[in-house]
Amino acid sequence: MDHFPTNWGRPRNDAFDAYGTYPIAQRPYNGPKDVFAEGVKHTQQPIVTGTSVLAIKYKDGIMMAADNLASYGSLARFKDVKRLHPVGTNTVVGAGGDMSDFQYIQSLLDSLMTDEFTEQDGHSLGPAEIHEYLSQVMYGRRSQINPLWNSLLVGGFRDGKRFLAYVDLLGTTYSASTLATGYGAYIAQPLLRKAVEGNEDTLTEDQAVQILEDNLKVLYYRDARSLNKFQIAKVTESGVSISESKSLDTTWSFAEGIRGYGSQTQ
Amino acid sequence: MTSIGTGYDLSASTYSPDGRIFQVEYANKAVENSGTAIGLRVKDGIVLAVEKLVHSKLLIPEANRRIQTVEKHIGIATAGLLADGRQLANRAKDESASYRDNFRAQVPIKYLADRLGSYMQVYTLYSSVRPFGISTVVGGVDDDGPSLYVIEPSGVFYGYHGAAVGKGRQLAKTELEKLNLAELSIREAVMEAARIIHLVHDDSKEKDFELEMSWIGDETKGLHLPVPKDLFAEADAKARAALEDFE
Amino acid sequence: MDHIDMQQLKSGEVNLGTSIMAVQFEGGVVIGADSRTTTGSYIVIFFQISVDSGASEHRLQANRVTDKLTYLHDRIYCCRSGSAADTQAIADMGHYYLQMQAQTLGTAPTILTAAALMEKMCYTNKDQLSAGIIVAGWDKSFGPSVYNIPLGGGLFRQPWAIGGSGSTYVYGYCDATYQEGWGRDQTVEFVKNTLALAMSRDGSSGGCIRMCVITEDNVERLFVPGDQLPRFWEGREVLGEAKKPQINRDVVPMAVEA
Repeated sequence: MDHFPTNWGRPRNDAFDAYGTYPIAQRPYNGPKDVFAEGVKHTQQPIVTGTSVLAIKYKDGIMMAADNLASYGSLARFKDVKRLHPVGTNTVVGAGGDMSDFQYIQSLLDSLMTDEFTEQDGHSLGPAEIHEYLSQVMYGRRSQINPLWNSLLVGGFRDGKRFLAYVDLLGTTYSASTLATGYGAYIAQPLLRKAVEGNEDTLTEDQAVQILEDNLKVLYYRDARSLNKFQIAKVTESGVSISESKSLDTTWSFAEGIRGYGSQTQ
Repeated sequence: MTSIGTGYDLSASTYSPDGRIFQVEYANKAVENSGTAIGLRVKDGIVLAVEKLVHSKLLIPEANRRIQTVEKHIGIATAGLLADGRQLANRAKDESASYRDNFRAQVPIKYLADRLGSYMQVYTLYSSVRPFGISTVVGGVDDDGPSLYVIEPSGVFYGYHGAAVGKGRQLAKTELEKLNLAELSIREAVMEAARIIHLVHDDSKEKDFELEMSWIGDETKGLHLPVPKDLFAEADAKARAALEDFE
Repeated sequence: MDHIDMQQLKSGEVNLGTSIMAVQFEGGVVIGADSRTTTGSYIVIFFQISVDSGASEHRLQANRVTDKLTYLHDRIYCCRSGSAADTQAIADMGHYYLQMQAQTLGTAPTILTAAALMEKMCYTNKDQLSAGIIVAGWDKSFGPSVYNIPLGGGLFRQPWAIGGSGSTYVYGYCDATYQEGWGRDQTVEFVKNTLALAMSRDGSSGGCIRMCVITEDNVERLFVPGDQLPRFWEGREVLGEAKKPQINRDVVPMAVEA
């Protein structure tokens, strides 16, 4: 606490500091300034964050995967967070980025679905509508320079059609038969494409799980903000189902024989 | 009516010398002219049923519903002016949504009935507005189990085991009193509700009517939903048969 | 008109550089906190006005031991970390909302509702607040619960939660020590030990330990004075002098030829 009253946000004031006992050079500048110079500040950074989300299309629908970690900087703070959220009966939303914003998005979606339910008009929202809604929300917030700091994947299955699309904090959207956010966009996406593209209609459920698990393992090896504890969601004709948390076996035995960082042998 | 021509019935903001508010009483008349609406609170849920009078053959069957859903677990059935019922339902939706938003929990039925009662009561205080011309049956299942309330045009609300409002309420209440509501299952309640609506309908005076029924219970996973078609058909058929035996 | 520079005020703010904690057990929760409040490295003295019963005399009380365990409702407390001003304002508002809710519903609010209210304030005002709050207590619907509301908002239910600057030093201890199924006394020990460890490593935490045991029946306050904290490894004061190598004086040095 600055105990010198004249410094409390005011220029020098003779009523308090008649003799100028405090050196002017050491006082902070409190004169007039351009209030628009910095603009209005809002969310500047995500705080509690989730990492990658992966999703692919396969024979019976779509499948999505995300780990259960919410990081606090480099601290692995919450290890049982659910980053895959079911919306209605045939959509799932997966999120990377700020978890408080994601929880807010979940409440928005729950309200939206309740509003839709109470209409009782025989209509319900499917994955395409939910993705469109999210893209409007995300773009709206970025336009207020107060973005929701997330990248989201929306997947679903309705009327015999698969749906898979992306939307992020800027309101950018795109759709593909494989999608990945965060680190996954760099590391997993090429691998997913190789495994899935052209095979969307033939990949079985077991193969799809295998592809996602292989990629989660690669990400666990390479992403320092990831956790070997994850969930897989699938959306098919029969609706959304999200698995219990599970983990994969990892390999480290090769490391035992490594010595030094160059020519060292013992 | 004795009040007519005395001048005390022109505004809801004026009492009569004997302490009545005629506008509120007239609002009750609007309710009495309406098709009957009933609610049953049984051991494992709630059943709402309405005798929807069909004033034109040109109307689409099953449209213009008088039972509305205000929250996943709450339904309301109104008797009186349909438009007022819609307005109240919208208010109820807003109240429930804001409760959910603030407290991350589903709104308790009693609290909602209280809020709606207060909302309606305000319309009995001013000369510039008219009181709501509806009585509303609010039914839902929350943490404390099933509960059923009726809100009257004055804004007063009471909790009930079985409730009836509208034209046939007297007969409906007599029938409800005969039932052991606390022991009834929700499926049995659907049968009884259909029977009562058919019974109180007076074909000599009224033309056609449509039976409307909804329920909330374990079978609906706590959601307020229309009674499914097959169960509805069974209840409707049984009610008609019972009525023929009766006559 | 010259107006107050918020940045200037914020930089001189009183912070709860803190160790706080809440743990649930079978019949309730144990919450705990250290008592230190700092501005930078200075330990703040609070002045509290206390009114003596009987005499209507107001007395100024110097107080360098803060109470970070804050009452929200009969069986709901929160542990505050971050800006003292911000968290006090949030707790006051939370207290007010919960009183209103309890009056209108006629029943005690749930921990979830209390935590959701607090989270809403933290989330919607995240740009101007620095507050990390743990909400814990007992309610009829869910029993004991602990909710963590970190810096930018967000609501995370946990069996145990730690917070404040001191918490970062004891995540490993908590992960290794906590077990489900503890009783009241074991839980109190866990909270006491964790806070003592955090306070000993974190310069911004210290002083005494305050704890509350919240159960259906009552809220019990526990206090551990600063000179009676559990002690762990601190160097030789605890383990004694390191052993010196024994030298046998009888051994004659070997003669070395010149």
